[in-house]
Amino acid sequence: MDQTYGIFLYVISLLTMGGIYAILALGLNIQWGFTGLFNAGIAGFYAIGAYVSAILTTAPTARHLGGYEMPYPVAFAAAMIVAGILAWGVGRICLRLRSDYLAIATIGIAEIFRLILKNETWATNGPRGVSMVPKPFATLPEPWNHLAFLAMVLVTVAAIYLALETARKSPWGRVMTAIRENEPAARAAGKNVARFRMEGFVFGCMLMALAGAYTSHYLKFIGPNATDPLTATFLVWVMLVVGGSANNKGAILGAFLMWTVWSATEILTSRLPDDLSIRTAYVRIFLIGLVLQIVLQKFPRGILPEQRLASSAKAAENTGRPADRPST
Amino acid sequence: MIDFIGDLVNFYLIPGLVLGSIYALGAIGLTMTFGILRFANFAHGETMTLGAYFAWTLVQLTGWHPIAVLPIAMGLTVLVVLGIDRGFYKPFRASPTIMLVIASFGMMLMVRSVVQFIWGVQMKAMVPGIQMPVVLFDWLRISPKHMMIIASVLVLMFAVHYLLTYTKIGKAMRAMSDSPELARLTGINTEAVIRATWIIGAALAAAAGVLLAVDTHVETMMGFKLLLPVFAATILGGIGRPYGAVAGGLVIGMAEELSSYPWIGTEPLLNPGYKAGVAFAIMVAMLIWRPSGLFRGKVY
Repeated sequence: MDQTYGIFLYVISLLTMGGIYAILALGLNIQWGFTGLFNAGIAGFYAIGAYVSAILTTAPTARHLGGYEMPYPVAFAAAMIVAGILAWGVGRICLRLRSDYLAIATIGIAEIFRLILKNETWATNGPRGVSMVPKPFATLPEPWNHLAFLAMVLVTVAAIYLALETARKSPWGRVMTAIRENEPAARAAGKNVARFRMEGFVFGCMLMALAGAYTSHYLKFIGPNATDPLTATFLVWVMLVVGGSANNKGAILGAFLMWTVWSATEILTSRLPDDLSIRTAYVRIFLIGLVLQIVLQKFPRGILPEQRLASSAKAAENTGRPADRPST
Repeated sequence: MIDFIGDLVNFYLIPGLVLGSIYALGAIGLTMTFGILRFANFAHGETMTLGAYFAWTLVQLTGWHPIAVLPIAMGLTVLVVLGIDRGFYKPFRASPTIMLVIASFGMMLMVRSVVQFIWGVQMKAMVPGIQMPVVLFDWLRISPKHMMIIASVLVLMFAVHYLLTYTKIGKAMRAMSDSPELARLTGINTEAVIRATWIIGAALAAAAGVLLAVDTHVETMMGFKLLLPVFAATILGGIGRPYGAVAGGLVIGMAEELSSYPWIGTEPLLNPGYKAGVAFAIMVAMLIWRPSGLFRGKVY
C-alpha cells in the first residue's frame, strides 16, 4: 500500500513538472514554431519569473529583498510583466537582425541574469538563493495539496493551449506564419513585421516567466544554480523539436514525454554506485543531445507535424520546418 | 607615479593583453565559420575545451611542456571537429542555416558531456607550481608563461595571415566568405573550402584552449566561459573578418581586465563578478549602433 502511494505521489510530481515544462515548451513554440525566433536563453526568463514571484510572496527576512507577502495571482502577473519588459528590451536590439544574433544575445542575457542573481546578495541572497517560498494550497491535507497544485498547472496549460489555438487560427496567427515562411512577401503585403515578431517574442518570454514562478512555489526554493541553466534551455528545445514545432499539441506531448524520459533515467542512474552514477548523468545529456540530432536530421517535423490551415499543405510537406530568412 | 603605472601595466594591461590574444585566436575560427558556413557555431567553445583536455592528457603521458604537445592537440581536435561536421553539420548544407545553429547548440552539450564523462569535472593544472615573474626596469613584471602565450599567438596569427593571403585555398576561403555564389561560379570546390575552414578554426580554437589552460587551469566549463567573449569579439570585429576578430579579441580582453581597475577612488570600477558582462555590454552596443563591426563585416 505504501509503495502504491509512493508511486501515486511520484506520478503527481512527474505530471506537475511535466506541465510546467509544457508551459515552457508552449512559450518556445510561439517564438520558434510560429515566429521562427531562436531563443537560447529560456533559462534566463524562467529564472526571472521564479525570482520575482518568490520575492513578492515570501515573509519578511533579512537574507534578501522580500516581505511583500502578495497574493499569488499578483506575483504571477508581476513575474510575467517583468519578463515581458526585459524581453521587449532584448527584442528592440536583436529582432531586426537575423536569428543567429538573437540566439547569441539571449544566451548572453541569460548569463547576465545569472551573474546579477549571484552577485546582488542584498536582493537575492546570492548563491544561497531564496528559500521558504510559500506553496499554494499548502493548507490542504495530504495528497490533496499536491493534487490541487497539479490541477492549477494543468488548467494553466489547457488555458494557454486554447488561447494559442485560437490565436493560431486567427488572422494574427496567419500573419505570423507568413512572416516565418516568407518575410519579404509579408512585408510587401503591408504587414508590420517588426511588431508581430516583437509580440511573439514577448508573449513567449512571459509564458517562460510564468513557468519559472510556478517552479519556485512548487519547489519552495529558487537559487541561481537550482537547475543547470543550459540543460534546462536545451531540454525545452528537445521537447519542442521532438514533439513537433509549430504544433501546440506537439509541444505539450513533447514536454510530458521528454520529462518522463529525463526523470525516469535519473531514477535509474541514481541507483548505480556513486562514481558511476555521477558519470552516467553526463551520458543522459549526451543521449538527449543525440535524440535531438537524429530528430532534426531524420524527422524534422517531430511526432505531431504542423497542421496547416490554408491550401499550402503541400508546401509544408516539402520543407516541413520553419524556414529562416533567405541568407543573402 | 611609477607605482601607479606599474600596477596598471602589471596587473591589468598585461593580463588583458594575454586574455585578449587568447580571445583573438578563438574569434578567428568563429568568424571564419560564421562567414563561410553562415551560422553561429555554439559548439566553438567546446572545441577549445577539447583542445585543452587533449593537451593535458598528452602532457600527462609524455611529460613534455604544453607548448610542445600543442601541435598534436590541435591535430586531434581537428580530427574530432571534421568528424562532427561529417556526421552532424553536413546533412544541413542545403537547409536554412538556423538548423545548423540548433545542431551546434546540441553539439555544445554533447561534446561537454563527453568531456565530463571521460575526464571528470575536477579542475586540473596544466603546468604544476608557481612561476616567478621576470622583473624588467625595476617595475615591469611579466611572467614567463605570459611571454610564451603571446609569442605562440603571434606565431599562429602570422601563419593564418600567410595562409589567407598567399595560398590558393586561403584566397578561395576569402572569396567564398565574400560571395558564395560567385565563388561557386568560378569553380571553387566549396566542400574543400569548408573543410579548410573547419581545420583552421578547430586548430586555432584548440590552441586558444591550451593557452588559456596554461594561463589558468583546465576545467569543463572553460569553453562556455570563452564562448560569449569570443562571440563579442567576432561581432565587434565584423563577421567574416579575421583581422577584425584579432582586434575585437584584444579590445574585449583589455576591456574586461581594465573594467575592474579602481579608476575612480579606491574601489574597483566594476565588481569583478561582472567581468563577463563587459564583453556582453560591448556586443550589445555594437548590435545597436554598428552591427557590421569595426571592420565592416557582414550583417545577416
